[in-house]
Amino acid sequence: MRKLSLVLASLMAVAFTFATVPAKAGSHAIEACLITKTDINPFFVKMKEGAKAKADELGIKLSTFAGKIDGDHETQVKAVETCIASGASGILIAASDTKAITTPLQQARDAGLLVIALDTPLEPITAADSTFATDNFKAGKLIGEWAAASFGDTSKAIIAMLNLNISQPSVDVLRDQGFLTGFGIDTKDITRWGDEDDPRIVGNEPTNGNEEGGRDAMEKLLQKNPDINVVYTLNEPAAAGAYEALKAAGKADDGILIVSVDGGCPGVQDVKDGVIGATSQQYPLLMASLGVEAIKAWAENGTKPANTPGLDFFDTGVNLVTDQPASGVPSIDTKEGMDRCWG
Amino acid sequence: MSDISKDLQDQPKFQDEIGSKDQDHHTFELEKPNTLKKIQNFLHGNPTMVPVIILFVSVAAFGLIAGGKFFSAFNLSLIIQQVTIVGILAAAQTLIILTAGIDLSVAAIMVLASVFMGKLSVQMGLPTSFAIMVGMASGAICGYINGWLVTKFRLPPFIVTLGTWNVFFALVIFFSGSQSIRARDIEANAPLLHFFGKSVKVYGAQFTYGSFLMILIFIILWFVLNKTAWGRHVYAVGDDKDAAELSGIRTDRMLLSVYTVAGVILALGAWVSIGRVGSVSPTSFYEGNLDSITAVVIGGTSLFGGRGSIVGALFGALIVGVFSSGLSIAGLDVLWQRFALGCLIIMAVGLDQWIRRISN
Repeated sequence: MRKLSLVLASLMAVAFTFATVPAKAGSHAIEACLITKTDINPFFVKMKEGAKAKADELGIKLSTFAGKIDGDHETQVKAVETCIASGASGILIAASDTKAITTPLQQARDAGLLVIALDTPLEPITAADSTFATDNFKAGKLIGEWAAASFGDTSKAIIAMLNLNISQPSVDVLRDQGFLTGFGIDTKDITRWGDEDDPRIVGNEPTNGNEEGGRDAMEKLLQKNPDINVVYTLNEPAAAGAYEALKAAGKADDGILIVSVDGGCPGVQDVKDGVIGATSQQYPLLMASLGVEAIKAWAENGTKPANTPGLDFFDTGVNLVTDQPASGVPSIDTKEGMDRCWG
Repeated sequence: MSDISKDLQDQPKFQDEIGSKDQDHHTFELEKPNTLKKIQNFLHGNPTMVPVIILFVSVAAFGLIAGGKFFSAFNLSLIIQQVTIVGILAAAQTLIILTAGIDLSVAAIMVLASVFMGKLSVQMGLPTSFAIMVGMASGAICGYINGWLVTKFRLPPFIVTLGTWNVFFALVIFFSGSQSIRARDIEANAPLLHFFGKSVKVYGAQFTYGSFLMILIFIILWFVLNKTAWGRHVYAVGDDKDAAELSGIRTDRMLLSVYTVAGVILALGAWVSIGRVGSVSPTSFYEGNLDSITAVVIGGTSLFGGRGSIVGALFGALIVGVFSSGLSIAGLDVLWQRFALGCLIIMAVGLDQWIRRISN
């Protein structure tokens, strides 16, 4: 009996020590958490690198978490709980399930943490203290405007739409509908892609945002209409796949306009090589580093970051990258694009 | 002694007496087979005919629904191009499933091999042929690891490959930095990697070298499985491992060799996939594992092992390709394309079960 109570006492002592460690560390340095969708997507890998670099520079202790695949909500919830328990000052999160994550995040805010949504706005957007994101609608609109200006008589356009997947996440919808708006096509319900009835659109196909899906999707749409002359793609890997399909069909030199969004280094290189006509570049490193700075300010003097005037989030900016600028559409060339690319 | 001989003498008499009644009773059902029963009997004897019939019926049906755009030499050859990778995955998957196993890691093994091929040749500047050899070796090693875990530790293949799927996938992300290697860079530094993406045109149809390789893999596997001792042993191990063991087959060595051969086929698939996709893409083929199992199942191979044909997997892959292309050209929303594919899987397996549920 004495032995048992001795064991119990020592176990409790050990547990007590571990439990108090985070609190002690918290008093020495500011702690922050970064929770991303996956470690697979280079976009989030770069975001993590940007956050780590900034945290090291400012002397902040940064813990990082990521879901296993896109849509892995459960792992993100656990990460939020871990962050609250560890005594962090703030959470930077690119949420997988933008609605469901708001409950655990509210617990974090109640516990005094600053919550900043990165890249993907929460639903409602006010569930975060602030949102640092690309204006994806604007990113789509820029390539739409560029395509329309470069094409000339848009009534003769025959358009292929290469989207992400059938569950239509917000990024997918905003880019697609932004492109159509920029090109001058009626989007019908602006919260969904694929409900348009404009005869210039040949069809919508999902690509899963990779080269394999891009090629399959483009081949299918070319079978529906071999005269496609404008190709919208959700991201640059899908665009590279679409180009392979056009090449195999002997259409690589037919001057078909391919537009995309992201601005990763391989994507900008593809713009330079003429595979992609223009791409909208976004800045994940900036989102991450601004986020880390905001948590530092919050921890030191309780100030929250302000939104971009006229928007309900902080716009980290988007630039059109192309070597064939169109009049009336502001753009940067591939040289500058390469200097600022993220992958 | 005399008793027994008396018994034997009595025996014919005994049969004569009641035999006639008994035979009448037995032939009762056999005398009236209806048309459905005849079809069931025929298909039971020729199980590979099921996917063949489904394929031809669906091609004809989509020819009517979607018209000339679907039923053109070019589109039909395009479908073969589109199913090339899934076809190769399904060939490897069939080998494993015939041994009553399952391999969830097929696509990850393939993508890992393609990452090695691209990384060594394009990014590290080593000779392309050497990079391809390393890629092939990585496929064989991954397959061997699966086989080793299955035989050495007696773990269920489902669990082993669920684990190695994650392991290999993590390695893909680690070695590639989850970054694609661009088609242009491959073209400039290692054009040999694009070899299987080249194509020949015959009367408007377009066949890639990769499609030829896929068909060649199926022909070789068909020959090996049906005409060699190794092939028959694959079926024997899958049908009843203990019986195979008792009849002198070294089952563990068999299984190890099957997983390794599957790995080599997957590495060949990796080379073909670079030609098909253009780039080395670590995020592609994420659903390849399930696509390959779908093809095998629709092709009529039993998930319980020992029963099925390698050619069935090819037809299974083609059926999926025909549905996907036909429904898309017919203008069906992608959401409903997926719905239809799900129904197809259940129907195919249901049909297979019905054929096997034969009374005699």
